[in-house]
Amino acid sequence: MVYYIASLSLILIGLYGVLVKKNLIKIVLSLSLINAGIHILLIAIGYIDGRTAPIFSTPELRPEQMVDPVPQALVLTAIVIGLAITALALTIVIRLYDHHKTLDVSKIRELKW
Amino acid sequence: MRKILAVFFIGVFGYYMLAILMDFPFGIDHLNPGLAGAYLKDTVSKTGAVNVVTSIIVNYRGFDTLGEVTVLFLAATGMSALLYDGKTMNRSRQNASVIVKAGSRLLFPLIIILGAYVFIHGHLTPGGGFQGGAIIASGFLLMFISYRNYHVSHRILSNVESTAGSVFVVLGLLGLLYGATFLENIMPLGIPNKLFSGGLIPLIYIAVGFKVGAELTALLDTMLKTVK
Repeated sequence: MVYYIASLSLILIGLYGVLVKKNLIKIVLSLSLINAGIHILLIAIGYIDGRTAPIFSTPELRPEQMVDPVPQALVLTAIVIGLAITALALTIVIRLYDHHKTLDVSKIRELKW
Repeated sequence: MRKILAVFFIGVFGYYMLAILMDFPFGIDHLNPGLAGAYLKDTVSKTGAVNVVTSIIVNYRGFDTLGEVTVLFLAATGMSALLYDGKTMNRSRQNASVIVKAGSRLLFPLIIILGAYVFIHGHLTPGGGFQGGAIIASGFLLMFISYRNYHVSHRILSNVESTAGSVFVVLGLLGLLYGATFLENIMPLGIPNKLFSGGLIPLIYIAVGFKVGAELTALLDTMLKTVK
């Protein structure tokens, strides 16, 4: 249960940052927070009380003693994609800073809609 | 005003998320017997790997992983394209202290060995190509921040990266040639829990480890050189 609350708080903090903060780097950080929260949430949904990681490292382990492996596999993919997204977003922030000499979204007029 | 609206929206969103999550109580067995149950039951006999997560990623969903590697490659390419401005720059920071320099020189080989261990044993222990590659890149990052003019040739990095990517695709095509489908396992499964087991899984994860390590190292070098 505590994992649900932790992941939900991470997602909500990230959402708040994306909606309220004006600094572009803080917005990218907030996106990363949402990402991390979703990863924890998926792993927590796959967890089953009293069971172990899905690795048959000793012959005594039975499939009935293991947690759901599918969310873990999906999260492994999602972590890599999240890293790629963060790196690309930071690159775009560097280029925006070079062009406008500011990181404040409200001062970058061309982004207004 | 903006903050109040944001807090209101977040409150509503959080309430409904929590309401949905109440249908999935924490720690209760709601594993899908047709999918997750089958993965858990058949993995060792069908793929030879003992790590079920690795066997899902590299064997059952190997094509998906090829797409994932491609996404990482595209992000790295996009970054380089956005950051490249025609002139080569040096990382303009002051030199690190003697302690940091000596310590990182001592740690660097150990970090590389740890990364190699993690991606070679991906089918036996928690870990794999992506994690091992990230560890190797962190070793290079340590050298970048402690030695100002530590140089890594981008030509070598891109050669390693493209070779590793091609190895992945060629292993997939071998499956098409000698088996029935792309990325089908064509090698003997071996004895579970031994290093030489799991068919193609260790080979693919070694290729992925090299590729991710080279890619992230190049990416870190480019980003560090851009910061003025």
